[in-house]
Amino acid sequence: MIVRISGEDQYRLADDLHGQLDQLAGAAHAAVDAEDEQGFALALKELLDFVRAHGDVVGDDEIETSDVILPPSDTTLQEAAREFTGEGLLPD
Amino acid sequence: MAGLTGRMSTVVKAKVSKLLDRAEDPAETLDYSYQKQVEQLQNVKKGIADVVTAKKRLQMQEATLQQSVVKLDTQARQALSGGQEDLARTALERKNVAQTELQGLDTQVAELEDQQQKLTDSEQKLRAKIEAFRTKKEVIKAQYSAAEAQVRISEAATGVGEQMADVGLAMQRAVDKTENMKARAGAVSELEAAGTFDDITALGSGEDDIDHQLKQLSSQPAVDDELQKMKGELGQASAAPAAQIPAPSGDAAEAPPAEAPAPDPAGTAGEAGGPAEGQS
Repeated sequence: MIVRISGEDQYRLADDLHGQLDQLAGAAHAAVDAEDEQGFALALKELLDFVRAHGDVVGDDEIETSDVILPPSDTTLQEAAREFTGEGLLPD
Repeated sequence: MAGLTGRMSTVVKAKVSKLLDRAEDPAETLDYSYQKQVEQLQNVKKGIADVVTAKKRLQMQEATLQQSVVKLDTQARQALSGGQEDLARTALERKNVAQTELQGLDTQVAELEDQQQKLTDSEQKLRAKIEAFRTKKEVIKAQYSAAEAQVRISEAATGVGEQMADVGLAMQRAVDKTENMKARAGAVSELEAAGTFDDITALGSGEDDIDHQLKQLSSQPAVDDELQKMKGELGQASAAPAAQIPAPSGDAAEAPPAEAPAPDPAGTAGEAGGPAEGQS
């Protein structure tokens, strides 16, 4: 599975890590729901660190489409909340 | 994967497909995609240039504020030497605000530095992907049937499109950050305008709105402390009369030039218009 950390790199991860990735993303999501800024920063860091630790960077000259795209490491709680409510981080 | 990741992926995919559905013929798709990619790369370069410009503007403001701090400190000393404690207090309040603004600017410059670095990295990645796409499209043209080529082009273009969307996100965040800073920069300019007075006597005893606002902003105890410290340095136990006070021996180096003792070998004392002379 290909996972992109927005603003950084794409990583190639073993498919069986999907469950763990899901769990970590769920924790980040829960922190946003709880409006827990510190908790969100921590959960996001854990999520991204997991990807960095278990994945191999996709070379710049390889063209791959990501299965999962994760927000940038410096995403704020406000940005993440916007993301969920549909306003989105990406410009049109 | 719900929420965080799902939403992010959906938004990117929607943007990518918008980029792609403009052309239907494979050859057209290739050319169109490549052309869009090169255009986007130009936009990234412009985005980086904008960040650099914003950073330079902040750095210029920092330099101006730095000068204001020095000037206000000098003016406070002069006012105190001349027995104008209120004026000295006003100068110190402004100095206090200017210093706080300086700290804020430092943080912002560092943030823009970071943005600039990220965008530069993104630009390099995108350039590499576009180069890979250019090679790949020649291979696709040469090796595959039209139907197969369509699929592979779509895959490759989607991959590069995702990279483009990601760079777009980084650019948008950089723009948002600089917009926020512009609003703040306006407040700093106002402070600069009010921050120093070329002629210290021009301020008079009346205070304007800005002074009141600054008083609220500045930390009063800090100003009191600094005022007391300055008095000590000037050898004033309490508010001094308006008369000239000879510079205490130990603090001669700190005394502003206009405070030189009366006998003036250079003969410039006669033209001194006030304590601010030589500072404007």
